Amino acid sequence: MNKLQERATDLLKGGTVKLIIGFEQGNNKIRPFFCEKPEDAEKLIYSDDCSTNNAVYLTKKELIGDNKIAIIATYKEIASIIQLNKENQIKKENLMVLTVDKDGDVTELTSFEEMEKFCEENTPAPDPVVAALIEKIDKMNREERWAYWKSELDKCIRCYACRAACPLCYCNRCISEVNCPQWLDPWKSTLSNIEWQINRVMHMSGRCTGCGACAKACPLDLPIGILTKKMSTDIKEMLGEGEGGNVLSTFNPNDKENFIH
Amino acid sequence: MEESNNNFEPRIIAFVCNWCTYAGADLTGTSRIKYATNVEIVRFPCTGRIDFMLLLKAFAGGADGIIVSGCHPNDCHYTSGNFHARRRWIVFRNILNFLGIDVQRIRFSWVSAAEGAKWADIVNDTVKEIRELGPYTEYKKVANYLDEEADSHE
Ligand code: SF4
Ligand code: SF4
Repeated sequence: MNKLQERATDLLKGGTVKLIIGFEQGNNKIRPFFCEKPEDAEKLIYSDDCSTNNAVYLTKKELIGDNKIAIIATYKEIASIIQLNKENQIKKENLMVLTVDKDGDVTELTSFEEMEKFCEENTPAPDPVVAALIEKIDKMNREERWAYWKSELDKCIRCYACRAACPLCYCNRCISEVNCPQWLDPWKSTLSNIEWQINRVMHMSGRCTGCGACAKACPLDLPIGILTKKMSTDIKEMLGEGEGGNVLSTFNPNDKENFIH
Repeated sequence: MEESNNNFEPRIIAFVCNWCTYAGADLTGTSRIKYATNVEIVRFPCTGRIDFMLLLKAFAGGADGIIVSGCHPNDCHYTSGNFHARRRWIVFRNILNFLGIDVQRIRFSWVSAAEGAKWADIVNDTVKEIRELGPYTEYKKVANYLDEEADSHE
């Protein structure tokens, strides 16, 4: 057993935590693993190659309840936990955040300062594919952009995997399910597919941590991750750096724009 | 069939707040200022209440242009509704533009209860601009996706 598995066994045996959310090796893929029994701890591995952002489970009451749990976290999870905490969605006293360094040593991040520091030191390099696609679309004229998005989003089957995968999309009732009024057609239609993405991006503004889980979850591989990415970058430019949290729930009397007559 | 631009009458939906722009538009009327009749006004308690989905629904429902207008900064009846709205429009406009939706068709303005003449100008300018741009066929086509598909199978 490696250090992570030993630590996990101790935590579960001693009853310090009821559940450990981590990763295991699935068929050809790393997948999330929910470890409740000490004897299962040997299945735990540490990898940042899992397409799921496991922080998504932290807001699931049916899974967590009032129990103390531990999460084995990579950069993705930690960035989301910081944001979830800003939005008062985390009970810190019930959550243990563990990371594993390259020597296999397990560290507990006990405070949000430590988590912020971890994120600063471990920020992954920006994805060149995403950056190139954003640049390509930015260079198109408006008609070309419309044609591009119309044809891409026309394929969307509105499975809402992009919503389910996002740790910050945790509302109990989503506009997509409101039927009085029926904001979005419940079936697949180009119009509602576009409207859905606009809603998703608007609701994520200033909150998205750029983990990319939404895009990886999309069964059709639609380039939806670049919408939130582009929005995050532009918000910093338009509203200023240091505007953490939900930029739309606050304002600055000096916000600058050049389009209001 | 496409409407030709010469005799095309744009359909404009205006989303305005109760306290400033609606009162301003009222003043335009009571001052007997003549202005374009293409605009249909929807009154809201505050610009902060104007959900971005309503704008999308206006386009989907056949609007060729949209006006969004409320109290000048620092004049909001509820102190900060317009500041919140301004932020929302900054972000929203940016996203629409990236998706290739024609943001020229949405005019944002501040019109106070005393600016009856400004309201007339805003409407007239918008109508003129939309008349030049023509009907928003692109969006209407997407909104009638099923009909369009039925047509293409004929
Ligand atoms: S995951 Fe992809 S296909 Fe599913 S709703 Fe989101 S964009 Fe559409
Ligand atoms: S990248 Fe996608 S999944 Fe990750 S926080 Fe942003 S919207 Fe959510």
